[in-house]
Amino acid sequence: MSGIRVLVGTRKGAFVLTSDGKRKKWKVSGPHFAGWEIYHMKGSPVDPSRIYTSQTSGWFGQIIQRSNDGGETWEQPGTKPGEPTTTPDGMPMGESNKFVYDTSPESGKPLTTHQWYDGTQHPWEFKRVWHLEPSLTDPDTVYAGVEDAALFRTTDGGQTWQELSALRGHGSGPEWSPGAGGMCLHTIIVDPSNHGRMFVAISAAGTFRTDDGCKTWKPINRGLHSLYIPDPTAEVGHCVHHIAMHPSRPSVLYMQKHWDVMRSDDAGESWHEISGNLPSDFGFVIDVHAHEPDTIYVVPIKSDSEHFPPDGKLRVYRSRTGGNEWEALKKGLPQRDCYVNVLRDAMSVDSLDSCGIYFGTTGGQVYCSADAGDSWSPIVKDLPAVLSVEVQTLP
Amino acid sequence: MIRVILPHHLRKLANVGAEVTLDVRDPVTLRSVLNALEANYPMLRGTIRDHVTQQRRPFLRFYANEQDFSHEPPDAPLPEAVASGSEPFLIIGAIAGG
Repeated sequence: MSGIRVLVGTRKGAFVLTSDGKRKKWKVSGPHFAGWEIYHMKGSPVDPSRIYTSQTSGWFGQIIQRSNDGGETWEQPGTKPGEPTTTPDGMPMGESNKFVYDTSPESGKPLTTHQWYDGTQHPWEFKRVWHLEPSLTDPDTVYAGVEDAALFRTTDGGQTWQELSALRGHGSGPEWSPGAGGMCLHTIIVDPSNHGRMFVAISAAGTFRTDDGCKTWKPINRGLHSLYIPDPTAEVGHCVHHIAMHPSRPSVLYMQKHWDVMRSDDAGESWHEISGNLPSDFGFVIDVHAHEPDTIYVVPIKSDSEHFPPDGKLRVYRSRTGGNEWEALKKGLPQRDCYVNVLRDAMSVDSLDSCGIYFGTTGGQVYCSADAGDSWSPIVKDLPAVLSVEVQTLP
Repeated sequence: MIRVILPHHLRKLANVGAEVTLDVRDPVTLRSVLNALEANYPMLRGTIRDHVTQQRRPFLRFYANEQDFSHEPPDAPLPEAVASGSEPFLIIGAIAGG
């Protein structure tokens, strides 16, 4: 029977939740890396036992953890205790947490500054990894979206990381500026039908696409309208919160922006609004049903600055029409006095016949719906604030 | 042997107890102690000093012999008591309260 593994990153550690295909009874493992912020965990589509984790701390910086056994045991890639501290050719090991921006002349445009809050230019400073996106074809290759916004890649299982600097070297780089959460590259989507194509999203710069394996990038923000920037239709500067794609239809993208839920039918060349009858078009998460490319999910959140569900009622909204027409899903979710948030990487879906939808809250709940959102129940209710949720459907 | 006391999270990362001992050649300085620590425990690289600039991470402090060495130049000698191992070198995570 199929199984489900839910990877939960929280403010104070990582948790692994497992169940069989019924998704009724759950085993909770954790906290792993207790006391550290776990921004993201994600398994390799090629080898589901291979899981990568971003572990961060304001005190001790960035750590990358890797598991080869589905989260039972973990290691920092290349730095097993007791093993040699240098490679056979004398290179120091322990570089799995070394994220250094490319300033080489070969990169063509080694950018050293971006726009700061006061409008001045500010040096790029690495802070943390927000998102890890394992390759669709190679378990040793992973993309990392980091703050300050840049894209890195490892091809040796996380032992070393190199910046793919053409993104940061895009001509608009000096105009990128941090959002309230920092200037982070938080979303990475690899096109399964075209391995040269990838989409990334940056707060607060917008969405970018490469068609040539990260050699060149273009901003794809036409149609976005953001009243909080001087030119509401500028090429860059939009606070994109998350984007999602169904693998069977990779030219269709869905976006939850700071305000507005958006859709593109041409791989980001243009966007149109699909907020429709949502009670709030602000939110962070957006995801797509595993088997129905036109069925999408968001969690409306009240803003400015409140960042909790409207009326204290936690409701997921589902559109079965690719947007504009939304229905509230509330069975099993708290419908009074609920003031949690659902952060941008904290929703995921499984691929069982009856698609499961999962999301985590800043109140420490992780909810599961085994019937595509019709009804919900908490897997856990009292974790630390949830930063990310990823789901693996196991054979 | 130089004695180094690590904060809780770094002990867990390195899978060691509160105190580790290091063989450090003279002169015993901040730099030579941290170099030896990272050579023995490569998983700590980047957690105490920045990988590139080698600057102390902002919320960490270096204490020894009841003195704060956090702002001392990296090549300044540490006290003889540290070099001889009679006093430990402490790496402290700053406490944020209030």
